[in-house]
Amino acid sequence: MIWLTWRQARVQAISVFAGLAFITVVLLVTRPALEATSEFSDDEALYTATLLAMYLLPAVLGVFWGVPMVSRELETGTHNVAWNQTVTRARWLGTRLGAGALTAMVATGLLSLVVSWWASPIDAIAGTDPEASFEPRVAPLAFAARGIAPIGYAAFAFVLGVVLGMLLRRTLAAMAVTLVVFTAVQVLVPTLVRGHALPATEETVVITMDNIRGLSGRDGMLNKLTVEQPAGAWVLANETVDANGDVAATLPNLSGCLPPPPTDRGAAPPDRIGVEQCFDRLTELGYRQRITYQPASHFWPLQLIETAFFLALSGLLGWFCLRRIRLLH
Amino acid sequence: MSAVRAEGLGRKYRRRWALSDCTLDIPAGHVTGLVGPNGAGKTTLLNLAAGMLPPTTGVIEVCGGVPGSGADQLAKVGYVAQDAPVYSGLTVDEHIELGARLNPAWDAGLARDRVHRVGLHGKQPAGKLSGGERAQLALTLGLAKRPELLLLDEPVAALDPLARREFLQDLMSAVAEHELSVVLSSHLVADLERVCDHLVVLVDSRVRVIGEVETLLSEHHRLTGPRRELGSLPGDQEVVAASHTDRQTTVIVRTTAPILDPTWTVGQLGLEDLVLAYLSKPVPNRPALEVLR
Repeated sequence: MIWLTWRQARVQAISVFAGLAFITVVLLVTRPALEATSEFSDDEALYTATLLAMYLLPAVLGVFWGVPMVSRELETGTHNVAWNQTVTRARWLGTRLGAGALTAMVATGLLSLVVSWWASPIDAIAGTDPEASFEPRVAPLAFAARGIAPIGYAAFAFVLGVVLGMLLRRTLAAMAVTLVVFTAVQVLVPTLVRGHALPATEETVVITMDNIRGLSGRDGMLNKLTVEQPAGAWVLANETVDANGDVAATLPNLSGCLPPPPTDRGAAPPDRIGVEQCFDRLTELGYRQRITYQPASHFWPLQLIETAFFLALSGLLGWFCLRRIRLLH
Repeated sequence: MSAVRAEGLGRKYRRRWALSDCTLDIPAGHVTGLVGPNGAGKTTLLNLAAGMLPPTTGVIEVCGGVPGSGADQLAKVGYVAQDAPVYSGLTVDEHIELGARLNPAWDAGLARDRVHRVGLHGKQPAGKLSGGERAQLALTLGLAKRPELLLLDEPVAALDPLARREFLQDLMSAVAEHELSVVLSSHLVADLERVCDHLVVLVDSRVRVIGEVETLLSEHHRLTGPRRELGSLPGDQEVVAASHTDRQTTVIVRTTAPILDPTWTVGQLGLEDLVLAYLSKPVPNRPALEVLR
């Protein structure tokens, strides 16, 4: 069974691993330059490319390895050959599912290892310098391209492809649906789930001249403030709360914080003292700034939770596949 | 011992019954032809027997087991599906290797000899084979598995008349050599005439007639005589088909009793005529008459 699985999938397997080898060589060559510097603006293109590769690989494995595994057989009628040897369908599918998922996990794990290693100087800066132009690795952009979580994505994408190929029975349609569903999951998990997987850290600070990082408003009316964020953290919220601890929907109308509206030509632009007084009054009125974030130290726990979640999901889908294959015709 | 036994077997696809109320018993050790027009349910019946398809109603038992119920059952039944599907990316040799690796009872000698004898080249990709070569490769996979029962769905449909004859002869010698039961379907009776000793005729998803070819031939008669109503026939003569001209009536009847009416000219039927008689519209049931002699 392993022999047949390998024989049928070897072209796809070899192409993916050849691609991985190419990426590895490129990253090996460019890495020494990264270590020698702390100025990474020239490496932005390559950095983006590594992210892209990490995002694409699980999707590619799901679409090109997972989907055809069953649907192609159904389309060409060769399931009639495969299912009439002295091998039950469950064993036939189980072997392919197991071998395929394992190979997909190994491929993605290797790429993640290489990319995480290559990007470690950049991640180090992003983890300590709050002003760094790269996102810290706990933040969504880099999170999905580091550590062990991609292994979970790969397993999930692959099994998802197999399930959809089996249910839709048409390779092309199943490829498209797999891509859409996988992308949707990859967008929904970081936006809705990951932030709550571990209790986020909350910090409430007094707004001062030192920690203020942004303030905006219209027509001299203040409506949004942001303060300095902890380095290397994934900030979920940076919002102003009132004396009751509720998020302030509106801020009091204080003068001196913002430039006057353009219609009021006579008024002077705000000076340092005026702004300081404005913050003092905000503090007097009970306004504070609350920052909710996942600290850098949560990176590995979050990775573990997410990997376990996707592996469990893959296991569930795989179990469904093995039950479902008996009824297929 | 039955090769295939079915009771009240039915299979529904969405709203259409592809096979309904099928009760039959195909004995082991025979070559059984499954005939019927396109869409009569031949493929459905074979798929049910191979375990490729679960039945909607009824039960089917193949070589004493439930089709597709496990590896033991799979080992007993070989199936060559319609159009003899093979992996187009795999070579002939790789197909043989596939069979050897996936079947514990694999007969490597048989496979090697057959591939050689039918003139297949081992290194040739199966996707480049002709229809006949593909059928031969698929049959080799089915035979070398050494099943008790071999199911063949329209195995010769893609072959030219000469290749057809050779294929069937070859199949027959393999059957004789390895003592296996065969059920093969075709919509052409001529294909089956030479090789089958049992016959199942499927029409409109139902079994119209089933039996040993010899018995069937001896029980069916073509009666020709002056025009008359069918109601006057003895009750033990089952009318299969009837046609009238202005002056003449021709009926095909099935009976085990001798034909005593001297007004009839009695003729024998060939297998093809017999099947065609069943394929034509069934004669509405007439009230059974007392046998008056």
